[in-house]
Amino acid sequence: MKTLLAIIVLLPFLGFLLNGLFRKHGTYKSVARLACTTILSSFIASAIVFGMLSQGTTAETVKYFDFINTDSIKIPFAFQIDHLSAMFLLIITGIGFLIHLYSSAYMKDEEPQHYARYFAYLNLFIFSMLLLVLGANYIIMFIGWEGVGLCSYLLIGFWFKNDNFNYAAKKAFIMNRIGDLGFLLAIFWLIARLGNANYADVFANVHNLSQTDITAITLLLFVGAMGKSAQIPLYTWLPDAMAGPTPVSALIHAATMVTAGIYMIARSNVLYSAAEFTQHIVVIVGLTTALFSATIAIKQNDIKKVLAYSTVSQLGYMFLGLGVGAYTGAVFHVMTHAFFKALLFLGAGSVIHAMHHEQDIRKMGGLKKYLPITHITFLLGCIAISGIPPFSGFFSKDEILAAAYEKNPVYWGLGVAGAAMTAFYMFRLYATTFLGKFRGTQDQEHHLHESPAAMTIPLIVLAVLSVIGGFVGVPEVLGGKHLLGEYLSTVIIPEPHHALAHNTEYMLMGISVAVATIAILFAVSHYSKKPQLEDATGLGKVLENKWYVDELYNTFIVNPLNALGGFFKNIVEKSGIDGFVNGIGRFVNYLSRQIRLVQSGQVGGYILMMVVSVVIILFIWIHDGEIYKFLVTKLF
Amino acid sequence: MIPVLLILFPLVSGLLSFFIKDEKTAKIWASFSSLATVVVALIAALSPADLSFDAAWLPTLGSRFSLGMDGMSKMLTLLTAISFPLVFFSTYKNSYTNSNSFYGLLLLTQAGLMGVFLSTDALLFYFFWELALIPVYFLCSIWGGEKRIAVTFKFFIYTFIGSLMMLAGIIYLYTQTTDASFALKSFYNLHLSISQQAVGFWLFFVAFAIKMPIFPFHTWQPDAYEQSPTAVTMILSGVMVKMGIYAVIRWLVPVFPAAVSEYGNLVIILSVIGMLYASLIAIRQDDVKRLIAYSSIAHIGLMCAAIFVKNNIGLEGTMIQMFNHGINVIGLWIVADAVEKQTGTRKISELGGLAQKAPTLAILLVVMALANIALPLTNAFIGEFLMFNGLFQYNMVIAAVAGVSIILAAVYTLNMIQRVFYGNTVSLTANAMESNGYVQTTLIILVIVVIALGIYPQPLLQLTKGVLLH
Repeated sequence: MKTLLAIIVLLPFLGFLLNGLFRKHGTYKSVARLACTTILSSFIASAIVFGMLSQGTTAETVKYFDFINTDSIKIPFAFQIDHLSAMFLLIITGIGFLIHLYSSAYMKDEEPQHYARYFAYLNLFIFSMLLLVLGANYIIMFIGWEGVGLCSYLLIGFWFKNDNFNYAAKKAFIMNRIGDLGFLLAIFWLIARLGNANYADVFANVHNLSQTDITAITLLLFVGAMGKSAQIPLYTWLPDAMAGPTPVSALIHAATMVTAGIYMIARSNVLYSAAEFTQHIVVIVGLTTALFSATIAIKQNDIKKVLAYSTVSQLGYMFLGLGVGAYTGAVFHVMTHAFFKALLFLGAGSVIHAMHHEQDIRKMGGLKKYLPITHITFLLGCIAISGIPPFSGFFSKDEILAAAYEKNPVYWGLGVAGAAMTAFYMFRLYATTFLGKFRGTQDQEHHLHESPAAMTIPLIVLAVLSVIGGFVGVPEVLGGKHLLGEYLSTVIIPEPHHALAHNTEYMLMGISVAVATIAILFAVSHYSKKPQLEDATGLGKVLENKWYVDELYNTFIVNPLNALGGFFKNIVEKSGIDGFVNGIGRFVNYLSRQIRLVQSGQVGGYILMMVVSVVIILFIWIHDGEIYKFLVTKLF
Repeated sequence: MIPVLLILFPLVSGLLSFFIKDEKTAKIWASFSSLATVVVALIAALSPADLSFDAAWLPTLGSRFSLGMDGMSKMLTLLTAISFPLVFFSTYKNSYTNSNSFYGLLLLTQAGLMGVFLSTDALLFYFFWELALIPVYFLCSIWGGEKRIAVTFKFFIYTFIGSLMMLAGIIYLYTQTTDASFALKSFYNLHLSISQQAVGFWLFFVAFAIKMPIFPFHTWQPDAYEQSPTAVTMILSGVMVKMGIYAVIRWLVPVFPAAVSEYGNLVIILSVIGMLYASLIAIRQDDVKRLIAYSSIAHIGLMCAAIFVKNNIGLEGTMIQMFNHGINVIGLWIVADAVEKQTGTRKISELGGLAQKAPTLAILLVVMALANIALPLTNAFIGEFLMFNGLFQYNMVIAAVAGVSIILAAVYTLNMIQRVFYGNTVSLTANAMESNGYVQTTLIILVIVVIALGIYPQPLLQLTKGVLLH
């Protein structure tokens, strides 16, 4: 197992090194082959590990070396493989591989060395994410955690000649860093209380922590999760992260990065279950984010932006699940979401590819007949995310909503409202893009074409998964078995049996499906025939401008800090401290000029000085004979 | 004998350097003699036992030529030893008038630095402290930039006041010893009243605070870094600021324990204010060199704070960070110098798009910059992680406030990368090229050290193991 895990992690790293160092020597073929092979091999190894665990191999911690080992702290470089990490391994390497494959065609326009650079970053991304989910303590998780932050920075700003992209990249990194500080403080807190941050030790010692400690640690960890998983108030980087190449968006939104926050909390479920207050906060933040970003998605006109806000919203659902204690449900939704969101993004990429980098849906329409495969797979993705049975999104969302209802029916009601919006904006997107008449230029229309096989195969695979992926978690009420729940039961304490009556559950499902269906029908009928989207006004305008949150942050945080920096630089440094230092200089100057007057050449003056001095010396001598004695004995 | 060699090698080769006629010979001489010093320092660092040397020096005053070498001294002499060849190598293509004196003075500084990190006698310590400083005045005032005279003067005033206060402190302690000795041991054995400790503490602290520097004693530093020739700046920030930190650990904290308990909190708060203050200024800096200078002030603030929290984990962090910061900041200066060489400016606002012209330099800079923001798997993460842990165990709120600097560091560092290297080329960068092989090779060595020590910091941690506050 030790070797197997090392292989899973090191292969992508090897790919990164080779493609990175020899980026000037590779051909398109060799680069893509190397990058894809490493991830595919990792995936196969992950599948073996996954299989071993489901065959009864027990969870294991393997230590490689001492990472930090001092008198006061010992942090091993160790991996922990259990059912939760095994499942994430599969998602990361599996979806990751499909995205690599897709990229090999999508990025062909780049120069060879940038093509290699792209794949080097992509491999590094997978490597970081694998570290994150395999670490056996919070420090190793943090290494991967900041690693994915770095990779997202590098990939969002991949086209570094464009300054807007660079700003987006920087914003992503800095927002993540804000969250990372919370994560770090949580680690410090654990170390201060328990002496280390190994999962095994932490979870076994929860009873040794005070309630305050648990609440604070879980809250701080959650701050980290807010950054990485784009929750209010740290979500604004994710929509901007669209600046990167589209497959990167798929990677960030589906397989890596944003799922890290969910993983972290699911991993720490023992802590969170003991922190009721934090759970409330998680629910509130999750629900608010789910609804808030759904409203924004309704009015976006950039195909990727809609999907981006949709991700933020879906992540909100996952946090809702975590907050109400449905850890399995949240992880389930991570999985199904990975399928359909990767599908949707790659589908969007296919559209953008065909449209020659046009992303505005107002200039699309009627693409159905030009991009048949993209169209069908995209449609399946939309149905899946909207929660229509028996597609995958239905089961995972239903599990979260049912758990929310159990906690508080209001949570459920809000959740369903969000689900309605989701169905609406997804089908608004679908209808405007694929139905109706083409609204672009003739030239664009002339060049419309379906994407090559390297791009459509991942779409088809993901579409199949989006359709059937939900069957691993069929609720009991529908006569199914929750295979996933059973698989994860070693890591996640199974939730208490659903207290809901079967009738109630049927009703809840019925309502959410009905609401989603109505929203879909409305959106399709409304947008498929529209020749042009009208300009937004009033509330629509506010939504289109994303509630002006970026402007708020700039006004209240960024600008004041900049001003403070300027004040320190121009006023405090120059006039304050340097003014004081130069003042001393001037004072010395002044003093020496005054003293010069003393040396006036008049004998009387000198005598006076001498007398005064003698008096002072005598005074010291009498006052403190010790000094005199000392001087005499030591120096002479 | 090894400790003596560490001082003797640079001292003698420095003096001899003044007699060399042509520039090339002076360069080669300096490079090879500094490599010889590296060998000695490595032998010392690898020897398992503590080393020492003792000889009579000024018997009438009770001062001896005594040197001691524990893990911390081994680490810092190693840093001093390897920094100089790195500096010489990376600036090999730079040309200086009177280069023999230039290299001679630099080597004398190295001798002084070695002495500071080795002395276990206060008067000897003071002697080397000055020996390290005085050549720098000349280096800065002769080979510096346009404003060199004014800046050197400011630097001189600051450090001179510091030195005087330290001398006063040393003499004061000397008068208190029972055996009329300047030995470190005698200082450790002093039984001072709290008010006596207070006097000594502040005399020493201000001297060391200026050297580190700690807010608000820092304003000499950005000017000096900006105006000195790059080779000197590298030594100043890579090695010389460690004199202050080292002195606090060795000469201040153990000697005045009561005063440290009394005023430690104040020092920590000053340090943390300095971290945020310097970080905010760095965000607004337009000059690459000044940006690095303020960034360095912020990092040093954390190192100082982590000493005064008086727990082992903080101190362990500070010790390895002294080494790591030295490596990283030298790397940043090399990049800054390369940028200036290629474009003729250090103004961030006048630059852009350099990554297109010099991709290798850009990659190397990004790695050094990531180390500057203490990304995990770079060497700086280990040190900062330990130091923040120490700070957190001392006071959670202070640690959280100080933690904001982690975010700010990302802001100014990424700002700099973006505006210098990314975006489109501008007139000044349109004809820029990759930097020369010497620069690239040095940077590649540094990058390897950064990552190796980030993944496996154990050698450094082992070296300084057991060096605890007395």
